[in-house]
Parts: sequence; structure tokens; C-alpha cells
Amino acid sequence: MTGFHTAADLRHACELKAAHPDATLIAGGTDVMVGLNFGHTSPAALLDVSRVPELREWSREDDTIVLGAGVPYTRIVDELGGALPGLARAARTIGSAQIRNRATVGGNLGTASPAGDALPPLLAARASIELASLRGTRRVPARDFFLGPGRSVLADDEIVAAVRIPVAAGAEQFAKLGPRNAMVIAVASVAVTLDPPRRRVGCAVGSAAPTPVVAGDAETFAGAELDWDGRRELPASVTARFAELAAAATAPIDDVRGTAGYRRHAVAVLARRTLTWAWQEYRRS
Amino acid sequence: MRVDLEVNGVRRSLDGVREGESLLHLLRERVGLPGSKNACEQGECGSCTVYLDETAVCACLVAAGQAQDSRVVTVEGLADGAELHPVQRAFVEAGAVQCGFCTPGLVVTVHDLLARTSDPGEAEIREALAGNLCRCTGYEKIFDAVRLAAGEAR
Repeated sequence: MTGFHTAADLRHACELKAAHPDATLIAGGTDVMVGLNFGHTSPAALLDVSRVPELREWSREDDTIVLGAGVPYTRIVDELGGALPGLARAARTIGSAQIRNRATVGGNLGTASPAGDALPPLLAARASIELASLRGTRRVPARDFFLGPGRSVLADDEIVAAVRIPVAAGAEQFAKLGPRNAMVIAVASVAVTLDPPRRRVGCAVGSAAPTPVVAGDAETFAGAELDWDGRRELPASVTARFAELAAAATAPIDDVRGTAGYRRHAVAVLARRTLTWAWQEYRRS
Repeated sequence: MRVDLEVNGVRRSLDGVREGESLLHLLRERVGLPGSKNACEQGECGSCTVYLDETAVCACLVAAGQAQDSRVVTVEGLADGAELHPVQRAFVEAGAVQCGFCTPGLVVTVHDLLARTSDPGEAEIREALAGNLCRCTGYEKIFDAVRLAAGEAR
């Protein structure tokens, strides 16, 4: 490695990225440093964006939270649990206190791992991603951002600047499966959002396909079947079908953390639970 | 490259730092502070926990260059001269130290927990310590030390 560049602000970060397109961005470092420490990656240079003030703030624009890509998860848990309960729930499950103090949503997006814990809530909530470069800023729906494991639509000269996430219109839930309650790479995860005014359900799955995936058939089914006005209890037939459709949206692999079959089963269980929890919350509200 | 930072209250300027070097390596090998332990190098074990600008972090996951102009406090910076910090004293009194390898990271983590919460509940303690692995004690004596230190702090 021959370079270490420190960006002072977003404009400077874009200039540096344009000048050094092969540089690896580093913010919290919780992914990048693991690769470096183990010699698994050897980037040409590092571009440190951990001090870029624009990335470290969030704001509210009407019914949207504009979350800087560099806001660490600890702050998302502390400050955004009310507006973005789904993302905050996922943030609570990430790593450990030390990891949450550094790790960022921008990092989860840049790394583009199907196991990124923050990603299913962003897909379920129909967030969009703001990508900045010297060419300007563009917005990409989170649902269109990922291309494959470690691959996204992010261009060489672009930086993930912010995520625009609709303020929760109703209950939002997240669940992930792993061998313990901390420091776990999810075997499978599911995020569910309810949007009662639009009678719409969001459902996305992590760790069970080459990218985080939207369970579109499950969303459409639940949106039509839920008793939005009467708020009656969920029939077991609805949760069972929802679980089945969520599992059908996945394309899991066998690996050290679990088999494809186990993952499919886990997704169905997590989908049933998260929908049930969200519905219970809606009925109480 | 050169990195300037403050470690345990002392200004340091370090030359020849590698671009991909971790803050942990810099602290141990260049500053000569071996308290922060090098074990997993992937943020799993917490034995390298230090304060970076008042935030508890795994030093192995911070690039040294990211600590430019920062204030770092390591386990060596917690005691007041020969006087142990109450958290350190509680670890000794509770028998929370066996092989001792995880102890520096745990001491910093507990120091941080008690700085934020003077009277942590059982779940809070477990959550706060979830990122620090100990392969000797079974954690019970460590939890005793946290309660002891919290009691003293009150």
C-alpha cells in the first residue's frame, strides 16, 4: 500500500476518490481492517472518511430521515429508535459495543455483504441511497443497490454519502439467527415493516442469497391479507403462507454457518415471528 | 508516514508508520505500551479495547492514520501513578483475573460502562461485556468485579 488519504469534508472526499479510484474507503474500519490485518486484501491506498462532517450527521426532512453514511450504530440505537425502529433494532444486534461505536451503515453498504445486518431493514423500509461524486449526487433505491456478494452499483469514483429512510409509518421488526447474542454474522435475518396508511408490508431477508433480498410475494400477500381495519388476530394460515413466501424468495448456500436447507427453514421461522410481533404491535397501537 | 497523537496524556509523533498499520500495532510496537493485547485482530475478543477520543474501540480495527491528532487512553493510562483505578482494584479483589490476557481490555470496557452508567443492571453488564472474551474465568468473577466497582463508584 502506498497511500493514506484523509478527507476533510465530502467535497474533498469526492476529489480524493476521483483522483484515487482504486483507494479503499475506510470509516469505522470494522471490515476493512480485518482484511488488512489478515493480509486478505491489499488495497492501493486507504481513503479515511471517518472525519467527514457531512457523513456523521443525520437530519429529518418531512417524513424522511437523511442518515449520514458515517453515523456509527451506537448513535442510531441511541438517537433513532423512535423514527427508525427497524434499523435501530438491527443496529442493536451488530457486533459488540466496541464495534457499534465505530461501524456505520455506509460500511455495510460499501462492503455489500449479504450478511450486513443493517441491510434488510433498509430494503424493507424502501430506503434510497445517496451516492456522491464530483459528477454530482444520485439516488438509488436500496432495493436496486446490490449486484452480488461484495458488489453494488457504487462506481469507482463514488462515495456512499447518506441513506434516505422513510420514518416508520407503523411497526417495524427485525430478527436474526446466530450461535450467540453478540459478535455474530447472521445465519439468516429478516426485517418486516408495516405501513398501515398505505396498507403495505415490507419484508427483506439477509444472509440467504448472494445479496440481501426483498420477499416481494410475501409483501404483496400480507398487504392484501392483513385485516388493517379490524385488526383481528393473525390467522395461522396467513403467517404460514407469509413464511413460505419469504423462504421462497431466498437462494441460500451451504457454508460454515449453516446449510441452505437450514437457512430456508430459519428464514420461514424468522418471517413468521417478525410478522407476528409487528402485527401484535399494530393491534396494540 | 507520520502520525501525531496524544497517548495517555503524552504527545507523540511517530515516523515510518505503515499505511495499513493498526492503532494497536502502533501502540504496542512504536509507543511501547503492551497493555492492549493483540489476539484476534478482527474485533472479536476485545482484548485491545482502548479509548479513542473518549469512545471505547478495538484498537486493532482502527487504522493508525485515523488516529492522527486524536487522544488515546490505554489501560496503562487508567491508574493514578501507583494507585490502581477502582475498576482495577475490583478485578483484583473479586478474583476476576486468571491468566490475565483479557484483563486489560475488560478493564477498559468496564471503565467505559461505569463512566456511562453508574448502576448497570445485569443485562446491561452482559451486553456491555459481550465484545470481550475470557477463556479462563467463566465470567462470573468478572461480573462480581463490575458490581464491586459499581458499588464503590456510587
